[in-house]
Amino acid sequence: MRLEYFQMVDRISLLDPAARIARAECRVPEDSPVFEGHFPGHPLVPGVLLIETMAQIGGWLVLATLRFTRMPFLVQVKEAKLRAFVVPGQMLEAEAKLLHDGSGFAVVEGRIRSAGKPVAGAEITYRVVPFPNETLRDEMLKTARRIAVPEAFFDAA
Amino acid sequence: MSSTFDTVAGIISETCDIPREKITPESHAINDLGIDSLDFLDVAFAIDKAFGIKMPLEQWTQDVNEGKVSSDRYFVLQDLCANIDALVAAKPA
Repeated sequence: MRLEYFQMVDRISLLDPAARIARAECRVPEDSPVFEGHFPGHPLVPGVLLIETMAQIGGWLVLATLRFTRMPFLVQVKEAKLRAFVVPGQMLEAEAKLLHDGSGFAVVEGRIRSAGKPVAGAEITYRVVPFPNETLRDEMLKTARRIAVPEAFFDAA
Repeated sequence: MSSTFDTVAGIISETCDIPREKITPESHAINDLGIDSLDFLDVAFAIDKAFGIKMPLEQWTQDVNEGKVSSDRYFVLQDLCANIDALVAAKPA
């Protein structure tokens, strides 16, 4: 994870649109400017970034489901629960299950675990729209390759 | 239609916190009930789930934006329910 760049997902470990599920590995860095303010002398990953992490793994699942033809943008977070502190160096496993692939929107259930224990959860809704420009789509594909999204899901891109 | 309307009205009432008695078949979801586009996503999610369909919201929105049809066609509840019934009838057996 590079928190200050909003790079929350290090590597996709499972991506199965047919089964409507994705998982990812995320290692919290030892150092980040984020920890200078959150909190001095007691570094913790901000809860909003854990929500962002769930939104991102869910976003990759939506992107793969739609074969990168459209871009999901976060519009709603429901029932967000932050169950445990997350500290520098900690390994996280993020998971998303697609609850609904609607027309112009999608809903996922996001979860984060660490060492088998629940860390966070939320129901996340995206508005799903055509990519606003080619730059964003190219960057999403570049990032997808970096985090090991299988090329099979780039079909329509 | 009436049972479809009862289900849809119940969903709108619960999702958008609107008193059930204010919701009639003639109500326009946006103009009369004040449901905004984000709340309507919740309504659409619940309707899709309840009826096992995928309402083509993008197509409907495009039709309205292009002036092909009035928004009444999709957002007045009796019309919305008729569209839902048609989608349910068109589902593969």
